[in-house]
Amino acid sequence: MRNLWPWKLELRGTPSRAMTYLSPVLAVVLTMLLGALLFIALGKDPLAGLKVFLIDPFNGKRAISELLLKSIPLILCGLGLAVCFRANVWNIGAEGQFTVGAMCAGAALVLIDVPGHAIPGGLGLFLMIIAGILGGAVWASITALLRDRFNANEILVSLMLTYVAQLLLMYAVNGPLKDPNGMNFPQSKVFSSEFMLPALLGGTRLHVGFAVTLVLAAVMTVFVTRSLRGFSLFVGGSAPHAARYAGFSSRSALWTSLLVSGGFAGLAGAFEIAGPIGQLLPSVSPGYGFAAIIVAFIGRLHPVGAVLGGLVMSLLYLGGELAQSRLGLPSAITGVFQGMLLFLLLASDTLIDYRLRRKARV
Amino acid sequence: MEQFASLIAASINAGTPLLLAALGLLINERAGVLNLGAEGMMLVAAIAGFAVGYTTHSPLLGFLAGALSGVLMAALFSWLALVLATNQVATGLALSIFGAGLSAFIGQRFVGLALPSQTLAIPLLKDIPFIGQALFQQHWMSYLALLLCAAIGWFIYRTRAGLVLRAVGESPESAHALGYPVRWIRFAALLFGGACCGLAGAYLSLVYTPMWVEGLVSGRGWIALALTAFATWRPARVLLGALLFGGVTILQFYLQGMGVTVPSQILSMLPYVATIVVLALISRNPDWIRLNMPASLGKPFKPDAS
Repeated sequence: MRNLWPWKLELRGTPSRAMTYLSPVLAVVLTMLLGALLFIALGKDPLAGLKVFLIDPFNGKRAISELLLKSIPLILCGLGLAVCFRANVWNIGAEGQFTVGAMCAGAALVLIDVPGHAIPGGLGLFLMIIAGILGGAVWASITALLRDRFNANEILVSLMLTYVAQLLLMYAVNGPLKDPNGMNFPQSKVFSSEFMLPALLGGTRLHVGFAVTLVLAAVMTVFVTRSLRGFSLFVGGSAPHAARYAGFSSRSALWTSLLVSGGFAGLAGAFEIAGPIGQLLPSVSPGYGFAAIIVAFIGRLHPVGAVLGGLVMSLLYLGGELAQSRLGLPSAITGVFQGMLLFLLLASDTLIDYRLRRKARV
Repeated sequence: MEQFASLIAASINAGTPLLLAALGLLINERAGVLNLGAEGMMLVAAIAGFAVGYTTHSPLLGFLAGALSGVLMAALFSWLALVLATNQVATGLALSIFGAGLSAFIGQRFVGLALPSQTLAIPLLKDIPFIGQALFQQHWMSYLALLLCAAIGWFIYRTRAGLVLRAVGESPESAHALGYPVRWIRFAALLFGGACCGLAGAYLSLVYTPMWVEGLVSGRGWIALALTAFATWRPARVLLGALLFGGVTILQFYLQGMGVTVPSQILSMLPYVATIVVLALISRNPDWIRLNMPASLGKPFKPDAS
């Protein structure tokens, strides 16, 4: 019985730095292997299945531009969540902050985009993006306020607010923001192209938001690794007592991280509205805010990591869509892969502190 | 009067899944484990229960399948959180994300199918005026949930095993020093919690709704988690909280029926807003929560590396 599993975990003297970076790679590889097994169980050719997930999204300029396009909201939400998790603030309501951001951006555009009232497209776009950022930040600030003033658990509050946000969006597209000429569909009108984000790459849907996202990732890298503010945030989260001793406040860590995170999620929502979607829909997010939790973890709570994590997660989304059209599998397979990836990452992270050793034979 | 009786009956119907799930989570948390995967476990159990109930025409088998799938999900969580001592918050989130994906994946071909609704009227008692209509025309699972609540109260406070469970949640180190197998006890508690969440999920798709749509549980797993904190980890208060939240859930339909002119989406926010408000009120006094919370809640326990 004891020899069924001839390995044992042995505590390392110091955490392995190499495994910190290798463990996400290991998790991705293991997810693909388990995915192949899943394809076999479903009676599909595992190689064809893996090709759909790993190769096809890179097949040509159009495919790659779609991959980058889908990574924008994931990276943005992931950047914000990484800051929260660094500060030990368990904001898992990025989905709700994204939704409110998209809704506010959409509302701004419904107000602005009136035929005959000529507002310059650039100004309109700017106002719309500001509305999105503010919407997301205000939504996150409810969580911060309740945590700060009432000590209410931020996990549960931010999650409940996600459900509230989705209902608010449903209300908006069924009520005040509904397209009067939309044949009674719950959606806003299609926005004029002058208010949409310009394309980054000719002939594709990839918009300048991708460049903005990369710049923001660079800014966040400087913020978390080089600035005193970023450092105090981290200390405030991981060691509140030490932080108080050093004069860093965990209160301000809470507010900063939630406002930053909400603002990023709101921006992501505005980009979706002003980019690929072009109108306000009830289905504005296929779970980007939740997937961003995985993005942040895969990225080791580092902004550069969030960019890589966002690309990996975008690959899973596109793979899921392609699996639906080419292999006839339900697109929900994306969610299965996402969950497996996070499980395997958490499991692989054990190897940061432990090493696998063969048991001595008795 | 009759309307009031049916309001109570409907609240019990809506409160049953919350009660079942929250009781399971209460046992988890009394053992010191925070499982944020409740939503995912309930989703998987809801589709497993519906799939089996629909294909076999046996609600009982459906409930068994729901409980079993909850146990399997909890076993997955246990392996990570207990054996590998991973962060419980992250692992629970993973379970919820995985459960949402898996249930949507399995459930795709069951979307749009429906089961007949079913209640169990207790002979004689159901004929008592008012009380009969309010209390004694429920599904048998509601009565079972009530019994379970009483049994758990007795178990925690009156039995030796319950004392050990609480000791494991308060101070795993001392329990370990006394020779109790901390991780096995937590494992058992988690599997029990999984079974309860499984029954709760199956109730939603077999009795409450009764059908399958993606995301059917719609946050009830999280509300159940909040309930354990409202109830300061006491079974009797969990029952009270579950009925109250069942009532809030039902209230939206009644307000709509009474011709209140608030849009339905705004009314549907009631249970979530109520959760936030109650959570804020109850957490306002940190001592209240801290005094009652199992001291080791959410902290991994590693006796040695093995």
